[in-house]
Amino acid sequence: MYHKNLSAQELYVRRQKHTKIVIRVVQLAILFSFLILWEVSASLGWIDSFIFSSPSKLYICFRSLLASGDLTGHIGITLLETLVSFALVILTTLVITVLLWLNKPLSKIIEPYLVVLNSLPKSALAPLLIVWLGANYKTIILTGMSVAIFGSILNLYTGFMETSPDKIKLIRALHGNTAHVLFKVVLPANIPNLFSIMKVNIGLCLVGVIIGEFIGSKQGLGYMIIYGSQVFKLDWIILSILILCVIAMLLYFLLGRLEHRFTCE
Amino acid sequence: MQNILEFHEVDYAYHSMDGEVPALENINFTVGEEEFLVIVGPSGCGKSTLLDLIFGLLQPEHGSVIGDPDAVGYMLQKDHLFGWRTIEKNILLGLEIQHRLTPDTRAYATELLKKYGLYEFRKKRPSELSGGMRQRAALIRTLVTRPQLLLLDEPFSALDYQTRLNVADDIGSIIRSEKKSAILVTHDLSEAISMGDRILILSARPGTVIRTIDLAFNPALSSIERRETDAFKQYFSELWKEMNQLVP
Repeated sequence: MYHKNLSAQELYVRRQKHTKIVIRVVQLAILFSFLILWEVSASLGWIDSFIFSSPSKLYICFRSLLASGDLTGHIGITLLETLVSFALVILTTLVITVLLWLNKPLSKIIEPYLVVLNSLPKSALAPLLIVWLGANYKTIILTGMSVAIFGSILNLYTGFMETSPDKIKLIRALHGNTAHVLFKVVLPANIPNLFSIMKVNIGLCLVGVIIGEFIGSKQGLGYMIIYGSQVFKLDWIILSILILCVIAMLLYFLLGRLEHRFTCE
Repeated sequence: MQNILEFHEVDYAYHSMDGEVPALENINFTVGEEEFLVIVGPSGCGKSTLLDLIFGLLQPEHGSVIGDPDAVGYMLQKDHLFGWRTIEKNILLGLEIQHRLTPDTRAYATELLKKYGLYEFRKKRPSELSGGMRQRAALIRTLVTRPQLLLLDEPFSALDYQTRLNVADDIGSIIRSEKKSAILVTHDLSEAISMGDRILILSARPGTVIRTIDLAFNPALSSIERRETDAFKQYFSELWKEMNQLVP
């Protein structure tokens, strides 16, 4: 037989690799059959390509926008705003969570406020922020932050409070103080938690930035979507959405790599 | 012989909104140099509270605890080695916290690692070691800070029976060879007799010392060897009777 010379271990490895390849192939097959179906149904007139566009139309649109230099500007602005608001969210979350952890009564006092702010639909805040702060990139960054920050504080704080009390007692048993508890146990123990919060937040920041751009911006992918809907350039809208998909995937992937490096170090 | 720890008429109670729960009442005892004291008692007799008092994590409400908390090393029920640190880094944790990482203390840590067979494993993560080795690593982490007195809070309770006997034997002989005093808190009567110089029996809550049993074994015997002697059986039945009177 073909497998005669393989050990059980080799067979196992081979089977695992095979499963992995099958999964990849099916994933790609879904993507390509969707694109082909889309293209075919548009060209045969099953769907209206003015409303639903088509992969070939999108490609042409993409090339021309890229050539005019507009697209890179829009993508760059959205990306920059997202990254800045993400960085600020993580920084603020860490600072506030540490403060709350140090001061338990304070955390009890503001907990209901955080819960309310977190469950509030933040898109409702955006128009208000624009009026208060003006239609500029700072407002958009703030909108991005507002979507993510309350949830991440609540999550990280929960993680801090769930740090094993025995591990904290160990630090005390080695005559450590509160700073030691924080830096030797609570923070290191919460690194995986922090990364999962970051993975959720990078997406939320993108959502917030797009909401901000919808309402008060002359640049960015959010602006392109709104503008496209006003002048009925549906190609623009769909293209922007596809680019957003790619950006979201890319950012998530980068975080995944960072997490891998951090935790396998 | 000098005492390194003295308890004089110590009371302690926990407070909650439902009222006051007395945990310890009129506790008196002493621990001398190189003495191995074992504390046994039914669950809820305040054994862990007693250790927290010795360590200074709690203050007595009445009476006094004389001793130097800085010279005390605390070993908890589980090893609590940090998964994100190597064995070596785990062992240096105490020195790091106390800002005592010097070439001298590092050399002492290396010496202990070598002496107790963990040197080859120093770059490994705790999850790669067996339960017994992890417990030994936890003991070394305490020993490198050079405590005079070790507090062992049921340190073997998380181990299976076979490992438990071996680790107890191991840890007991390390403590004796490093010439430390120790207080072991345990539920296990045979463990108490196999390891201690003296046994303190606490009553159920509120805990109070109801009896002290001095153990006279040949000092050359290891804790596993003690278990095979006739004296061990006598002590065991004595302790057994005493404990059964406590539990209605």
